[in-house]
Amino acid sequence: MATEILMPALSPTMEEGTLAKWLVKEGDTVKAGDIMAEIETDKATMEFEAVDEGVMGQILVAEGSEGVKVNTPIAVLLAEGEEAGATPAPAAPSKPAEAPAPAAPASAPAKAAPAAVPQSPDWPKGTSMKSMTVREALREAMTEEMRRDETVYLMGEEVGEYQGAYKISQGLLDEFGPKRVVDTPITEHGFAGIAVGAAFGGLRPIVEFMTFNFAMQAMDHLINSAAKTLYMSGGQMGAPMVFRGPNGAAARVGAQHSQDYAAWYMQIPGLKVAMPWSAADAKGLMKTAIRDNNPVIFLENEIMYGKSFEVPDLEDFTIPFGKAKIEREGTDVTIVSFGIGMNYAMEAAEKLAADGISAEVINLRTLRPMDTETILASVRKTNRCVTVEEGWPQGSVGNYISSVIMQQAFDWLDAPVINLTGKDVPMPYAANLEKLALVTTDEVIEAVKSVTYR
Amino acid sequence: MAAKKPAERPNVSAEELKSHYRNMLLIRRFEEKAGQLYGMGLIGGFCHLYIGQEAVVVGLEAAAEEGDKRITSYRDHGHMLACGMDPKGVMAELTGREGGYSGGKGGSMHMFSKEKHFYGGHGIVAAQVPLGAGLAFADKYLGNDRVTFTYFGDGAANQGQVYEAYNMAELWDLPVVFVIENNQYAMGTSVARSTKSKSLFARGAAYAIEGEEVDGMDVMAVKAAGERAVAWCRSGKGPYILEIKTYRYRGHSMSDPAKYRTREEVQKMRDERDPIEQVRNMLLTGSHATEDDLKAIDKEIKEIVNDAAEYAKESPEPALEELWTDIYA
Repeated sequence: MATEILMPALSPTMEEGTLAKWLVKEGDTVKAGDIMAEIETDKATMEFEAVDEGVMGQILVAEGSEGVKVNTPIAVLLAEGEEAGATPAPAAPSKPAEAPAPAAPASAPAKAAPAAVPQSPDWPKGTSMKSMTVREALREAMTEEMRRDETVYLMGEEVGEYQGAYKISQGLLDEFGPKRVVDTPITEHGFAGIAVGAAFGGLRPIVEFMTFNFAMQAMDHLINSAAKTLYMSGGQMGAPMVFRGPNGAAARVGAQHSQDYAAWYMQIPGLKVAMPWSAADAKGLMKTAIRDNNPVIFLENEIMYGKSFEVPDLEDFTIPFGKAKIEREGTDVTIVSFGIGMNYAMEAAEKLAADGISAEVINLRTLRPMDTETILASVRKTNRCVTVEEGWPQGSVGNYISSVIMQQAFDWLDAPVINLTGKDVPMPYAANLEKLALVTTDEVIEAVKSVTYR
Repeated sequence: MAAKKPAERPNVSAEELKSHYRNMLLIRRFEEKAGQLYGMGLIGGFCHLYIGQEAVVVGLEAAAEEGDKRITSYRDHGHMLACGMDPKGVMAELTGREGGYSGGKGGSMHMFSKEKHFYGGHGIVAAQVPLGAGLAFADKYLGNDRVTFTYFGDGAANQGQVYEAYNMAELWDLPVVFVIENNQYAMGTSVARSTKSKSLFARGAAYAIEGEEVDGMDVMAVKAAGERAVAWCRSGKGPYILEIKTYRYRGHSMSDPAKYRTREEVQKMRDERDPIEQVRNMLLTGSHATEDDLKAIDKEIKEIVNDAAEYAKESPEPALEELWTDIYA
């Protein structure tokens, strides 16, 4: 019985990868555990082992194919005695030709860029754009700032020799050396405290938390030591530094690794909180964060790391804190979001447009300071508002926005503000339940229809 | 208490001894005054006095050089006075006034002086330990040959972050002296009731950090140990631990009646081991000073402390706008 070998998922968030190299050829006998191929994810090159015994009947996806979706058949393994010809020709063979296609959108929009990004407060008209992933944007921002300022250094688990658990810091050790790219033991409380002390002492640390879930171990230093010292010292000393890392749900990593901390950090005076969505956000906000003289919590998202966006090709591109971006103009409803929530907001706006509802989508980008003026101006125009985030409902970012709107634009409202959030449960592991726990595009559409009484 | 006999008595000048006497007395009188102002309601909140432990900071400051840094817990008044901060500014912070080091916004537990390289004044037990290692990290990074004294108590010594800091300090050879001020009580819990470890500095061995125990009631022994520790750190060998056996005469804070130990225990310590009395006796028996000389010092200190108290009472409360300043740089 012939077995199809499928493109494996090599990380929780992997959706596609490059079949870099076949290490077996058609006709070879393979045993379980033999390395059959090398597969590149956006983070690393991984070896792919055979699970079954048999003879390689047919290679369906040629080496060098990019953008091969997880679960695409990539080869056929024959049981002993079976012949290659006996293989039922699956629809799969067309895949190799097709496979590179998904990668294309990443580079293709480069030409269409000016149209895709009609107006931006962040860069001058006519600026040339380049496509890059959020991961590359973060890396480029850190690299540029480390070149600019000798006191900036990166510290965290696996940031150096391992090249970053999520490959954000790939190559930084080579360029800046171990003095400035510091691998730490697994000791969040300790190294967060050391970094705050180093900031008191004149450095500008970037602390990478492998994920923000682990920052709870260090919470005392983030809040009591980093955020409050400027105030407690009467302005004598503070902590100019960045705490960064992936925040929120990734995919199927369960309750302890899937939490959105936006609302937590947003509450603390003395902290600034940035939460980028696009690669341009990531680059411009990160550079601003590193230059800021205050502790900045920089909430990234693992699912977004591999996503490509247009980024202005400027020598020194920064985005000011406290300036939201209207990503899509509209007249019927205001959708406010930030971080990965923007994916749902933008997708919903697109679908709503087809139904004749014009949604304005605001990307907050920083939660503290928060650009409530942009929200209020939009709500005064649309008279309706839906907020979208992945965090929990009680004490959410949306709750705060609702109260600001109620106090400052109550008379403009034609419907109660709806706060869409993750469900009020710890994140379940089961795929179907996890999907149910997260906010969805359909929920955004439904909420918009509710506030517009459609 | 198992204090070690000082092995060798280094030659010490009369001037130096007098200086230690003066510096320790300033702390004691200052703290007595702070206790008095607390009783009068002029100082609020938590107020942790340093009386009895004076030889620790005075001895170690005598081993420090200009530019060296220090950081400690909430029992911080002594450290500030010992590193040369102005008693007026410290006392006015205790009373929550504009003239205080933090403009009245920090209070007894949260005070800082960039000028004197005093990095606080931290209210969360043991948080200052990784912070101190971080100051040393910055010094090493900047290559400026400075040492950081990171003070913490026997209570803090049971916090996990101390050992996280130890591990990284040694791993990266950070120039930090970890000073365990073992005053034998973590609030109301004696060391014997919190650990079976016989020695706190010896825990450093698990992280390959050198250290020693020091008689904290003997200012010259503290200074000598401080010099060894500083020399170790400055030569690039990494951190060093001093476990300084000391004793606090007062309660944990002003609101602590200290029922967990006997009056006799405290009295015995005061009578037999008091750090200021020891130096006073050395000065008098060695004919380095006369009673009159010492009286003159006492008078001078009294004036400084009274001036500080006056200043702290007279200094206005912070302007109401100050509520909203210093939140962001």
